[in-house]
Amino acid sequence: MTKGSPLSGRDPKNSERTTINVTDGTLIPSKDEGGLLSAWNISFFGAVGLLVALPLLSPDPYLRILSFVPDGLIATFSVTLSSIFFALIIGLFAGLGRVSQNKAINRVSTIYVEIIRGIPLLVQLFYIYYALGPLLRLQGPPAAILAMSICYGAYMAEIFRAGIQAIPRGQMEAALALGMSRATAMRRIIIPQTVRIILPPIGNEFIALLKDSSLVSILAVSDLLRRGREYASTSFRYFESYTVIALIYLVMTLFFSRLVAMMEEKLRHRGNVH
Amino acid sequence: METYIEIKNAVKTFNGSIQALRGVDLSVKKGEVVLIIGPSGSGKSTLLRSVNRLERLDSGSILIDGESVTDEKADIRHIREEVGMVFQSFNLFPHLNVIDNITLSPTVVLKKGKEEAVAQGRKLLAKVGLSDKEIAWPEQLSGGQQQRVAIARALAMSPKVMLFDEPTSALDPEMIKEVLDVMTDLAREGMTMLVVSHEMGFARAAAHRIIFMDAGQIVEEAPPETFFTSPREERTRRFLEHIL
Repeated sequence: MTKGSPLSGRDPKNSERTTINVTDGTLIPSKDEGGLLSAWNISFFGAVGLLVALPLLSPDPYLRILSFVPDGLIATFSVTLSSIFFALIIGLFAGLGRVSQNKAINRVSTIYVEIIRGIPLLVQLFYIYYALGPLLRLQGPPAAILAMSICYGAYMAEIFRAGIQAIPRGQMEAALALGMSRATAMRRIIIPQTVRIILPPIGNEFIALLKDSSLVSILAVSDLLRRGREYASTSFRYFESYTVIALIYLVMTLFFSRLVAMMEEKLRHRGNVH
Repeated sequence: METYIEIKNAVKTFNGSIQALRGVDLSVKKGEVVLIIGPSGSGKSTLLRSVNRLERLDSGSILIDGESVTDEKADIRHIREEVGMVFQSFNLFPHLNVIDNITLSPTVVLKKGKEEAVAQGRKLLAKVGLSDKEIAWPEQLSGGQQQRVAIARALAMSPKVMLFDEPTSALDPEMIKEVLDVMTDLAREGMTMLVVSHEMGFARAAAHRIIFMDAGQIVEEAPPETFFTSPREERTRRFLEHIL
């Protein structure tokens, strides 16, 4: 191998464009930082330790809280996973629209991205559930999934766009020169190469979505946060309830951040999607 | 010999100001090997890339085998099937192995069967001397090997003309010959070739005609022997002093 990194090997001129960093992610220890005292290790194992120790040392209320919230955890995950699924589909098409040569399609996709990214998610949730409630007549969970999919679809679109634009132009030209249509070239040449550079930012969006899913607790969705609130409001154990909820979110997001970081590392070191 | 590529009064401006082509006329006969040389920015790559419409001309026309490339209604995909192109940066598809790089377009565009395409791909790999690299990944190959795969990939579409855009410029010196040998063989077999390159060895061995371009125009054209020994134009002489 005469060339440097696997990505820059194709077109030296574009090498600096091939890494994309869309979200700010959490603080993952880099390899050289390492050590047991890294911020991640302290936070993660500290949180896990507390979640184990508190119920053991003081079963009332901590064990009660822990046994009260699993339903909410399921709701949180089902909202998060459904939303990410639809957001990916919306994002793929909107992202393709953002790089489309068709002016109308390009304009519509760009307007979608601009509008959605300009309105807070909480406002979008209110809008779909309350403002459009009489029209859509959606229950809490479907309204939440719809709003989150539309919102995160716009962010995903930008990730897809950045990923597509990170592929050297010569790839599309080579495909066209071989007689492929733009659509075929996208499907067979560009998108498969895009996947590995957009996986880490998509992972980060997943984590962000997991955290933002706590907002749906206001739409009559019994997610993790709402279950915690329900427990707190009947037992008046606000401090204990919300401590447990915060720790559970923390453990989840730190766990997934680490997973994304590992995936990123692996993709960086492995040459290609073989 | 019959005219195969006919370029008439090609004009192309980039960003509204930089004139890449300023009225170029060129005709290439079937089986002819034409080498285009010139300083960087002379428009030679733009001219080559206009032939399969990777660049669109502002005005002028290009016919390939009587079919218009420049007409808005042209079936450009069909024309591109018959016009192979080799790039300076190889542009192999990094997510596909060597044989899949070669067989993708024949199966997807020409709708050939997988077995037929693979059999043909193997023949082409033998032709470019890379039979042992069938399942290698592009990144595992040297630049010279990648470029030879790229040539095989273009040939897999059974093109009637091949365009080479500075095919050896990105190569280390010791790899240039292996690529030029493949190109010389191709020229001997009668392939119509339009080559942007400064490889004078290839010019002498295989080219029928040398075109010298400068500032978006053809300054001089002649067979290799007269071109190198007795160029007519002062500008050509100055350029040759730099590269020879």
